[in-house]
Amino acid sequence: MSDSPAIAHGALEAGHHEHPAYLHHQFETVNQQADAGNFAMWLFLLTEVMFFGGMFTLYFIYRNWYYPAFVSASHQLNITLGAINSVLLITSSFTMTLGVWFAQMRKQGALVVCLILTFVLGLVFLTIKGTEYKEKWEKHHVPGSSYSLQSFVNPASDPVAVAAHDKALPLGMAQKTEVYFSLYFAMTGMHAMHMIVGMGILLFMIFRARDGAYTAGHTAYVEYFGMYWHFVDIIWIFLFPLLYLVNRH
Amino acid sequence: MSEHQEQEHRVGNPMIDFVVYLALLAGVGLQILASFLNLGILNPIFAVGIAVAMASLVALFPMHLRYGSKLNMLSVGACIFTFMILIGMVFMDCFSRAWGSW
Repeated sequence: MSDSPAIAHGALEAGHHEHPAYLHHQFETVNQQADAGNFAMWLFLLTEVMFFGGMFTLYFIYRNWYYPAFVSASHQLNITLGAINSVLLITSSFTMTLGVWFAQMRKQGALVVCLILTFVLGLVFLTIKGTEYKEKWEKHHVPGSSYSLQSFVNPASDPVAVAAHDKALPLGMAQKTEVYFSLYFAMTGMHAMHMIVGMGILLFMIFRARDGAYTAGHTAYVEYFGMYWHFVDIIWIFLFPLLYLVNRH
Repeated sequence: MSEHQEQEHRVGNPMIDFVVYLALLAGVGLQILASFLNLGILNPIFAVGIAVAMASLVALFPMHLRYGSKLNMLSVGACIFTFMILIGMVFMDCFSRAWGSW
């Protein structure tokens, strides 16, 4: 799925009709090429569904086994920051959708603005996520040798646990909060990794778009990237309620 | 068929995308609201249900699944079906052995 404008060598010699420069030689029409690329992108995203699906399955099993631990550990997350991140990511998904549309409408300036907005919104999302990680690090809620059970066996010592009216957990159950945070860091970390990769591609696309690469009729690359970015949005749509909103009543 | 005609049916509709965007924002609000209601066993079902509805909106409209080929729709359906079988068997194994009840 290269975005390089490959020339359809040999097509003219074989007596076929004239091809656009970006039509690869193995395809008969632009539509056929777009359908093949679109299908390939969906297949890639479906492997990602299986990958994240495995982690979600693990989450549901452990949540069912250690529900009290998951409730107390979830209360350590900040709903406001999670909700702001949801809005940011959904908005970045919308600006990406507009970017695809502007590419199709061949509006170079608007496309560049949309790609930059998508990048900036993604960056703010990651900054907020980093702030949350930092807070977990300071409270020793990162799984490992320095993990602290203080907030869960003695909730009175933690203002966040007091505000959530958490009750003290028995030691055995409190230890299971580490399972929650392991899943939290694994799932949000993999999600963040996908965003970082996406933002690297976005940067590349911003520079290419400034040179008019996607506004000359060949919009496939922007469309495929848009699908990837929307997929990252979908993963967060599931992560937010499952990690942040456990038993808040 | 000219290049313009060939690509015409793939062009999205920003108005529909804007409505989907608003629906997704409303979905986030609904997720938060539902988590503060005591619905018992229905709480996680509601949370996942709203997320599935939101994900379907994203897949159908911004990701153009609705306008794409039937092969794409079939592939997504087959993936979800296979995934449900896989996690169904995992859940059956876990819950039938009462693992985790120690």
